[in-house]
Amino acid sequence: MEKVAIVGVGMTKIEANKVSERFEDMVFEATRKALDDCGMDIKDVGNVITASNDFWDGRTISCMAVGDAQGVREKNASCTEGDGTFGAFYGMTRILSGAYPSTLVTGHSKGSESVSSLITNAVFDPIYERSLGVDMVTGCAMQARAYMEATGATAEDFARVSVKNHKNAMNNPLAQLPMDISVQDVLDSEMIADPLHKLDCSPVSDGACALILADEATAKKLAKKPVWLKGVSFCSDAYFLGDRDLAKSPSLEKAAQKAYAMAGISDPGKDIDVAQVYDAFSYQELMWLEGLGLADYGKAKDHLAAGDFDVSGALPVNTAGGLLSGHPVIAAGLYLMAEAVRQLRGEADNQVEGARTAVVQGVNGVAGQSHCVWVLSSE
Amino acid sequence: MGNKRVAIVGTGQTFHKSHRPDVNGQELINEAVAAALKDAELTMDDIDGIVIGNMDHFEGINYVDCWSVDGSGGFMRPIIKLTTGGTTGSTLAIGGYHMVASGMFEKVLIIGWEKNSESDTTGAITTAFDPIWDRLVFAGAIAGLAAEGQAYMHKYGITDKDAARVSVRDRRHAVNNPHAQLRKEITVEEVLASPMLSDPIHLLDVCPRTDGACAVIMASEDVAEKICPVPDWIIGCANRHTYNYVGDCNLGNIDSMRCASAELWEKTGIKEPRKELDVIELYQPYSFAGILWIEALGVAEPGKGSRYIWDGNTDMGGELPINPSGGVIACNPIGATGLIRCAEVALQIQGKADARQVPDVNLGLSTGFGGCFWTDLILHSKQKPE
Amino acid sequence: MIDQDLNNVEPLVYESKIGVPYYWWAGDTATRFLEAIRDKGELWGTRCPECGKVFVPPRKSCPRCFGQQTSWEKVGPGGTVVTYTVARKKREAIPEDVPVVFALIRLDGADTAMLHKIGGVDPDKVSTGMRVKPRFAEERKGHIRDIECFIPD
Repeated sequence: MEKVAIVGVGMTKIEANKVSERFEDMVFEATRKALDDCGMDIKDVGNVITASNDFWDGRTISCMAVGDAQGVREKNASCTEGDGTFGAFYGMTRILSGAYPSTLVTGHSKGSESVSSLITNAVFDPIYERSLGVDMVTGCAMQARAYMEATGATAEDFARVSVKNHKNAMNNPLAQLPMDISVQDVLDSEMIADPLHKLDCSPVSDGACALILADEATAKKLAKKPVWLKGVSFCSDAYFLGDRDLAKSPSLEKAAQKAYAMAGISDPGKDIDVAQVYDAFSYQELMWLEGLGLADYGKAKDHLAAGDFDVSGALPVNTAGGLLSGHPVIAAGLYLMAEAVRQLRGEADNQVEGARTAVVQGVNGVAGQSHCVWVLSSE
Repeated sequence: MGNKRVAIVGTGQTFHKSHRPDVNGQELINEAVAAALKDAELTMDDIDGIVIGNMDHFEGINYVDCWSVDGSGGFMRPIIKLTTGGTTGSTLAIGGYHMVASGMFEKVLIIGWEKNSESDTTGAITTAFDPIWDRLVFAGAIAGLAAEGQAYMHKYGITDKDAARVSVRDRRHAVNNPHAQLRKEITVEEVLASPMLSDPIHLLDVCPRTDGACAVIMASEDVAEKICPVPDWIIGCANRHTYNYVGDCNLGNIDSMRCASAELWEKTGIKEPRKELDVIELYQPYSFAGILWIEALGVAEPGKGSRYIWDGNTDMGGELPINPSGGVIACNPIGATGLIRCAEVALQIQGKADARQVPDVNLGLSTGFGGCFWTDLILHSKQKPE
Repeated sequence: MIDQDLNNVEPLVYESKIGVPYYWWAGDTATRFLEAIRDKGELWGTRCPECGKVFVPPRKSCPRCFGQQTSWEKVGPGGTVVTYTVARKKREAIPEDVPVVFALIRLDGADTAMLHKIGGVDPDKVSTGMRVKPRFAEERKGHIRDIECFIPD
């Protein structure tokens, strides 16, 4: 199979409310930075993928807002709706199909312009569920409870994730919430929906991220060392929360196994040097690490307490601060991929020494219904 | 072409209607999926991945890829959502093509659907346009189309009677298609007598609102011929989503289609589309487009599209039949519409189009239209590509 | 000069709202479920003949086996709390005052749990494994909120 690499990354700063930039302005900035990162001209980009969401953007055909900012006029283009990791997947297939030498993938969102509770309430079934008033936070809170009861994880365990990630963000100039906080600070923060405190939840954020993917011949001619896309897979669990065992993540396990197989990884715990996982809520980092096979079930909390997931630990996780430190939905997975690229190039703000292989995970739906798993490598 | 050659090996459609109160969205989707699996003689266990799409604000459901799994078969499978407005259906087909061509998936299920009866279509489509510059002065899709029609009329001197001839053709063809929503013939006089919606567009010049779903199964060259005696090979795709603002559009001269078709003909070595193509399923949401856009495709010379149609060339039995299915004027479940065009050409290639079959189809074109005068194109062939 | 002007701009906020009405067809399967609640105060699920699972909410076809045939099965009215949360902060989607308890409840005889609310009890006393039963609304309209909430059994 043809090899595909990420050759350029560009990110805007993640902010609570970007008053001066509209969608297209953010996407232009991210695209411009990604082009500059690898020394490409927009004319040389083979095709364009947008990751966007009509609900979050308050706009039908939300990709239409950003086409000009991606230089779309002379190119083939498409749009995936959902996390940017899925957009990157589609961008990769358009290279592997032999159609294009390179793909620009952008993701954007402005949480500041809408009401996240109402937007995520619309993920629930209109006939059986929606009018009850449940949303992403309350839906995930039920999962957090189920996970606690299945594994014995505590509010303190969840709080440690938040403490670590906000601390990692202190070295990331693009993060929205760099904070030096304690476990007690998290536990003292407002209770939103039991067992999730305010500091267990990611913030509402604005931001855009762009990646440029390219085939081997193109990648080798560009400015930066290519980071190879070695494995990818995605998988969805059942829709209704009550159809699922919320304490487990079988769809993530299946996606991870397939992505590892594609990448030739037999022992992820040993072969993965750094992980970027979708920590929309603190507890999710623990659950997803277990789903990814990077900790035994119910044991991620112990590794976390032992410092294994710190930047200096055995398996650093969310080295740029994760989504708890800034969560522009849709773009989020692309930000995680961009951080993995920077780690594997050796240019990260919290550089993990000798990082060669990274895993990245993105999520669609409530409580991790559908996951996309990537394996990236510098070799 | 790609890493793997790709063919359509099965298609399924619902019987499209103005309202489907007997099913919710997931159940509607399931009807098309079950029909496509049956057509290909496959089961859900054979499917490696799913591509699904619609337009969010028509049903008001966020993350349709996640919500739909009970109907789509997405439980514990890879499912991804693509959406690009009116072009969604064709965008889905192109997505399925790349997934299979990449070599990562052997058999992909592609689903386009819409329940337009569940919302205010015009209210929802108006939100496609820029909230500050365009939205307040833009009343749904029809205003933009009317502007295009007017620009063309001004340039070439055609009339609404010429456009009506296109509606008459498509509605006559729809009589042969059991899946079409509007299956009653109309006359030029009836079109001209129907209410004027937005000058020069009459009610019978435009598409209806429809509830419907379509599913297509694509397979790689490794298995396509084993699944299906006559696979419909996809030999090229091209698209342009050129403009973002209505005011930028080169009205009456659809740039996206001219550029995308030029690319497609060049990539596939088509010199004379009018002579080489055997059938077109054109995503033609209003009658005037039936004239303008065949010129953009290079089928008719600029200004000569109307004459070409009056001479019967695009009717069943003509030189190049267009929309044997009855097209979009007879049926428009928006997120499915582009995929229905693709599925209908597949049926033509496979010789399975029954009463709407065009004889001896070797090469067919399906198109998608949407967004801000955007175009998707897919070229289908009975011959396996080199 | 132009750059200077743009740098000194105080961006405006352009307030708007998307107001699209929706008419969700419940379909014959959900209609039957909702009518049974409305007319008889009964809860019904569907059973897949292949895997034998009973689904609530009911499904027209089994999402796992993908078979088209399902049969109806009466479930509940009692059930068990599988997991829950107490929404303490008022969020825009929540129609009433907080605290509100959202829960997944597995009705007796069902293999899946349904999402609803728990009431008639101090939120701090709710626990997983708790037995509950539905409290129906006085005036019922064929709506999921015809069940006001589930209360301790």
